[in-house]
Amino acid sequence: MAVKKFVVGIFTDEDVLFPAIKKVRSAGYKIHDVYTPMPIHGMDHALGLRETSLHTAGFIYGITGTTTALSGIGWVFNSDWPVNIGGKSHFDLPAWIPITFELTVLFSAVGMVLTFCWLCQLAPFVRKHHFNLRSTDDQLTMVIECTEKSNEEEIKAFLAGVGAVGINTQVAETEWWMGRYDKDKTPFEHQGTALA
Amino acid sequence: MSSIKEHFETPGRYKQWSLGLMTVGVISLIIGYIMYGTHDQGTRFWAALLQNSVYFLLLVNAAMFFFCAVTLAMGGFVLAFRRVTEAISACVIPIGIITFVILLCLVFGGKTTIYEWLDRDVVAHDEILKGKSGFLSRGFFITWTTLTIGLWTLLGYKMRQLSRSIDNTPLNIEDGKKYIFKNTVWGALYIVWFALTVTSVTPWLWLMSIDAHWFSTMYSWYTFASTFVAGVALITIFVIYLKNQGYLEYVNQEHLHDLGKFQFAFSIFWCYLWFDQFMLIWYANISEETIYFKPRLDGAYAGIFYLNFIINFICPLLILMKRGSKRNWGTVTFMSVLLIFGHWLDFFQMVFPGPHISPDHVPLNLFDFGIALGFVGLIMWQTARVLGKFPMLAKNHPFLKESIIHHT
Repeated sequence: MAVKKFVVGIFTDEDVLFPAIKKVRSAGYKIHDVYTPMPIHGMDHALGLRETSLHTAGFIYGITGTTTALSGIGWVFNSDWPVNIGGKSHFDLPAWIPITFELTVLFSAVGMVLTFCWLCQLAPFVRKHHFNLRSTDDQLTMVIECTEKSNEEEIKAFLAGVGAVGINTQVAETEWWMGRYDKDKTPFEHQGTALA
Repeated sequence: MSSIKEHFETPGRYKQWSLGLMTVGVISLIIGYIMYGTHDQGTRFWAALLQNSVYFLLLVNAAMFFFCAVTLAMGGFVLAFRRVTEAISACVIPIGIITFVILLCLVFGGKTTIYEWLDRDVVAHDEILKGKSGFLSRGFFITWTTLTIGLWTLLGYKMRQLSRSIDNTPLNIEDGKKYIFKNTVWGALYIVWFALTVTSVTPWLWLMSIDAHWFSTMYSWYTFASTFVAGVALITIFVIYLKNQGYLEYVNQEHLHDLGKFQFAFSIFWCYLWFDQFMLIWYANISEETIYFKPRLDGAYAGIFYLNFIINFICPLLILMKRGSKRNWGTVTFMSVLLIFGHWLDFFQMVFPGPHISPDHVPLNLFDFGIALGFVGLIMWQTARVLGKFPMLAKNHPFLKESIIHHT
């Protein structure tokens, strides 16, 4: 749990947003994240994010699935309950391939979805702060994190200079927490005031 | 656009190589005819010609399929190198003629050791072949072959013509929409014909009827997957070569990445069909079906059979899996060459273990490679000739910008 102070800039056009990101980064401000309604090609590159390791995770899940299938079927048909099926041998690799394939796909798919949700901090009954609700609709939101050295007014002026159409300051929790959107409105209120 | 090298000029060494390889092919043909062509119906000789001509015809035809499929999918990314695929698809004309002549010789020369169903006496005493005689007959074979090669050539010519027709006429938005629609219609016609030929009837006639008693409905798909992987590999090699020569300025790693993805994905698709065809037959264990796998899996061809699996599935799976390797020019070149060779080997083991060709030993020797190199030379020569005639960039195509800013 970490509560921090952020300056939020709202954009309406990605052609303005891309140069803005470049300028903000080269001015040395720390971009917390950029929220957009749709995936934008090249955004990860513009933000200087490192290459995701989700595919490595997927590969590992896949290998796990392969191993599970082969060892599971192997154990069942060879030592636990050997059955003579149509005179085929007990160690019957071609017949196992479809199931092995399916389990590989299942493990890697489910594993990657869950990992993705974990990385994006998405889960049922979990709350996360939204900087701008319209970033799920038609606005692009750039969030700049304030450190103890940064000057809030200076950041605001800078954002206005690079084309933000709406600018505000928010104190927000960066992590996710248990709760519900309709009930738990402000679980970190007291912490926020303490910081401010 | 002034800095773009629009016209391909064939380098001298390239010309020498293509002519040299064609010479190798012709010499192999002559030596092969002297060694194998004169006795025993020339089975060994004609089987090699059949394997190579059909393989390379389907290979260059896959380039045609590639850009028609992309046209239908409204894919813009190929525009940076589309003329290369068009030039490769122009090889359908010479190789189609060669294949047609070879098939005519086989059918009317009565090569019953390759196509058993040509022998009227055998068919008369064989219930299975009698039942298939409507399909496996001289008339149907020749009609279908003529239609296949003829329509590929015609539709291919039309598609290339459409692409070149706007070279000097910039299109406005309305004309652009009409142009794209027209392309889609002709592309769709080609795809329909492709579905009726490569992915269904034609490989049954040309290749599967070697094992006349045996059949597999998956066979054509399997053949298609094989040639499509190799076809994309061929496109990739040409793209990389031209890029190295300083042409194709707009092609970058993003395009290479996509071609690598095609190779990777369709290698897996190939293996899926390869394995399924095998597994269903293996599981059912009916003797008239397993006969196909007897020489391939248990007999002399076992080595080639597994080598085929390693080259065409394990290698692309492990080597092309990482993003970095699909974006590496060297790795992709290596894999492309390997895949073209691997699928050539795949066709080798489709043809040669046929019941009257050579089921007991593997006859692979320099003659086969010589013929293959001849076809490689022919592809190099024809592709360069067509590339040189027309601009390298379809500069008025409405999707060109999409290809230039392409990003994966």
